Amino acid sequence: MNALKRHRLLTRIWASDSGWKRCFTTVSHTDLGRMFLGMAFFYFAVGGVLAMLIRAQLASPDAAFMGPDIYNQVFTMHGTMMMFLFAIPAFEGLAVYLLPKMLGARDLAFPRLTAYGFWCYTFGGFMMLTSMLVGLAPDGGWFMYPPLTGPAASPGVNTDVWLLGVTFVEISAICAAVELCVSILKFRAPGMSLDKMPIFVWYALVTALMILTAFPPLILGSILLELERAIGLPFFDAALGGDSLLWQHLFWLFGHPEVYIIFLPAAGLISTIIPVMSRTSLLGHGWVVASVVALAFLSFGLWVHHMFATGIPHMGVAFFSAASTLVAVPTAVQVFAWIGTMWHGRPQLQMPMLYILGFFATFVIGGLTGVMLAIVPFDWQAHDTAFVTAHLHYVLFGGFVFPVLAGLYYYAPLVTGRRRFFRIGEYAFGLVFIGFHGTFFAMHWVGLLGQRRRIYTYDADTGWELINLISSIGGFVLAIGLAMVLLDLALNAIVAIRGKRNPWRSGTLEWSMMLPPSAYNFASLPRVTSREPLADIPDLPTRLARGEGYLAVPRDGRREMLTVSTTHAHPESLVVYPGNTALPILMAAVTGSFFLSLLFKIYWFTPFAVLAVAALAWRWVWGLGSQTDEEDQEIGFGETVPHAMQTDRSQGWWGSVFLMVADATLFGSLIFGYAFLWTIAPNWPPPQWLAFSVWEPLIGVAGAAVAIIAARQTPRPMQRRSGTTTGMPHLLPTWQSLLGLSALAAAFIGLLLRTPLPTEHAYGAVLCVISAFGLFHALLAILMLVFLVFRIRRGFISSRRRSEVEIVKLWINYAALIGVVCLVLILSPVLFT
Amino acid sequence: MLAGSTLIVIIVAALIWRSFSSTPPTDKPLGRNIRIWIYGLGLVFPMSVLAALLIYALVVGERLLPHLDDEVVRVNAIAEQWRWQFTYTDRPEYVSEGVLHIPAGRPVDVAITTRDVIHSFWVPRLAGKLDAIPGHVNVLRIEASAPGLYHGQSAEFSGKGYTGHTFIVQAHSAADWARFLAGEPM
Ligand code: HEM
Ligand SMILES: [Cu+2]
Ligand SMILES: [Cu+2]
Repeated sequence: MNALKRHRLLTRIWASDSGWKRCFTTVSHTDLGRMFLGMAFFYFAVGGVLAMLIRAQLASPDAAFMGPDIYNQVFTMHGTMMMFLFAIPAFEGLAVYLLPKMLGARDLAFPRLTAYGFWCYTFGGFMMLTSMLVGLAPDGGWFMYPPLTGPAASPGVNTDVWLLGVTFVEISAICAAVELCVSILKFRAPGMSLDKMPIFVWYALVTALMILTAFPPLILGSILLELERAIGLPFFDAALGGDSLLWQHLFWLFGHPEVYIIFLPAAGLISTIIPVMSRTSLLGHGWVVASVVALAFLSFGLWVHHMFATGIPHMGVAFFSAASTLVAVPTAVQVFAWIGTMWHGRPQLQMPMLYILGFFATFVIGGLTGVMLAIVPFDWQAHDTAFVTAHLHYVLFGGFVFPVLAGLYYYAPLVTGRRRFFRIGEYAFGLVFIGFHGTFFAMHWVGLLGQRRRIYTYDADTGWELINLISSIGGFVLAIGLAMVLLDLALNAIVAIRGKRNPWRSGTLEWSMMLPPSAYNFASLPRVTSREPLADIPDLPTRLARGEGYLAVPRDGRREMLTVSTTHAHPESLVVYPGNTALPILMAAVTGSFFLSLLFKIYWFTPFAVLAVAALAWRWVWGLGSQTDEEDQEIGFGETVPHAMQTDRSQGWWGSVFLMVADATLFGSLIFGYAFLWTIAPNWPPPQWLAFSVWEPLIGVAGAAVAIIAARQTPRPMQRRSGTTTGMPHLLPTWQSLLGLSALAAAFIGLLLRTPLPTEHAYGAVLCVISAFGLFHALLAILMLVFLVFRIRRGFISSRRRSEVEIVKLWINYAALIGVVCLVLILSPVLFT
Repeated sequence: MLAGSTLIVIIVAALIWRSFSSTPPTDKPLGRNIRIWIYGLGLVFPMSVLAALLIYALVVGERLLPHLDDEVVRVNAIAEQWRWQFTYTDRPEYVSEGVLHIPAGRPVDVAITTRDVIHSFWVPRLAGKLDAIPGHVNVLRIEASAPGLYHGQSAEFSGKGYTGHTFIVQAHSAADWARFLAGEPM
């Protein structure tokens, strides 16, 4: 088979649908990565227009352009869109587009999940955009502190839009994070051991793990606040044993790491670009990886520094103050590794490098003002002034937008396959840089003069007029600059001439493919032996196209990919991807109907939406697998591997594990909230405790034990020693597990019915949520077991095709464990009261 | 602090600048580079700066905190959308709205709370800010060195009327303060 024939065959297998259907049925990471990025920049533009409205209003004192009603919506939506609809999705888009190409893979681990995430993001974003157009946008500031956002002070639908819309969009972040973790750990080119992964991949891995552990507290907070608003469970109402500080803790448990979730991918781009632009390799690669990991850990200890003015105890303040300044150390390691790399090599001032210099200038200043803010006495003065807004933009714009623009210029030739022709970019950069510093330097200054953030106007005698005017002019220069950047990129993408492969002479795999990339990325998968394979073997692209790699023979029209062992990347199994499908968009639409039913308070519809989601999920997984055993497959280089469905640890198992990490974090946040209310909130103890009864713990724990023990027996096939291995497994253990889980579920239903006064005290409210949490997991595992029964009946499971059994077992164990912990949490304190 | 920050910015800028003009240093051993850049500038340098800053901050922060003191005057600040009410331990029946009366030259503890949403008590010239949180009472120590008027404002977003959510602190001389406590009209 020659290269051209292989190309044709593979293209037929991997291509997305053509015509109008393409966008709705595609599951290709190349398509979806571009769609993510396109949508993210659309929201960047919308958020930018809102920023212009803000600056127009603040340009002069006593402006009559907007009243407080509108102004509050505008700055809330500006912050919300930039954080949730621009920055995070832009990272997702970059990672979705780049990672398989960097890892030498043909796609991500769960192509349909990528698409589902994208559509959740699109629909959720659309929901929020619409609310703004009809004037019902959220108006409580981007961190939405109750009681201002509670049912009494904000009865309107505005707050619900935020809580439901953001949660809907966050589904996409969680999906992407699970997917990136599994893809990075399992879907690499053979031979790419962890130490040979490109530096950006490390950043993406850490970022994905941070998303899994940072977003759940916010999701929990949103659920609790929505419950308070919808059915009156008083989690944040101090009069009824709730506490508004709980929201602040949950929000900043998310919000602080969020800043690093935004910064790290950008830093990953810088660590990628600087060495290439300096014709050398990254100085202290291992140190940079270590500092990224350290930064991730530290960032979770810092949330309280956003709450210094809430009156927390002095020792607490001192501790968090120290920890906050500590992040400067791993950041400094990275910054000096970058500068050291430039010293060691020979930096060239191309477009990407220009933006990186812009980043340095901005970020170093932002970091320093951050250290100033972390110093407590200073923060008491600057907290909630324009100084904070300015600092925040130095970090977010300097730390994210500049590097991402560098990344766009760096990767544009890869995406479009064209060479830069128009030279608008340099002027655009000048405008962006000057405009940015004009806007926000002035805001530091006016903040120190005492201008508070979020005020919609100010008096003429404050002495702030000129500075605000300068800031606004800067803002408009910045906007023009950004528009020119987009123009530059668009023009060059559409009309410029074809460029050559690997224009920057990089050594990593993403440059060793056809430009623009083909649907399958690599005609055959490379065997990696170093961190810069392309630098070692300059003709690697031709060799791969000729089929001198793994999986060089297209088979049976199937989309094939390899998984590898986590550390050393030995080939482990063969994965067959699902093809193009509209299932993801359908699933996202149904998920959306769930959120809309809550938003419009059509509660009778909500259960139907949940059922529809479950039904589609059933279809989703039903389509996988096979009814006959498959022989181990040749993959090239004389190696054979089993099919993934015939292993214990398929990609679905790994995905479940990472999803559980997020779920367990949510559970942990719930426990934190319970303990926090119990110990800190005013108006405790509650008027009535839950009465202790032995029945629920007895039934529940026994049920959990039965479920776990029976599940251990589930994979045993009927022992037909007569020869063939196609024995159908016994169904008996499955039924036993089912019975056990049902008992567990019954215990929670009993508790839910007995919970005292959930709307009259936070105690009862929290108990309800914990019971519901346990019940939900039991029901989920039950659904999976029923699914398994059907799969066994239909012959999808055999003693060799056992991967689904392993996944269901994992979930049974998890649900049983969660259930027991829930029971302990609910009942053990009762014994002592 | 500003001078220190500026110095660091200048040093970093100079390093970057130099990296563009330095000779291609392929002959420099990588190990030495790592020692200089990672250990020296990346680890040791920020750690020493931070340690110094932190000690300074703790000393200053300690001074800002309320400490037991017989001379302390206690007042209460109660925030609401969108006004401030003040009551006085030494003059129990009296409530002032929008104006907080304190004696000059004496430490005053303000007990801050709220009737509805979160607000924040902030008089820039007297002290840092402290939040008013439903169900909690936070105590802030302030002291006005001279009699006079000081502008105060809420510094936590509280909805529509937030921009105008301000108040005034009136610091009295010892004689005026005695008259205030006696209930004479001011
Ligand atoms: C395009 C240039 C931008 C300009 C001119 C701009 C301007 C502003 C201004 C003036 C405010 C203050 C509103 C107020 O306190 O009254 C603000 C708030 C904010 N901005 Fe930006 N911004 C820009 C880009 C960004 C970006 C890229 C991000 C994040 C990635 C961002 C995130 C935020 C956030 C989180 C807030 C706080 C909103 C709140 O107080 O609830 N901004 N912006
Ligand atoms: Cu923070
Ligand atoms: Cu910061």
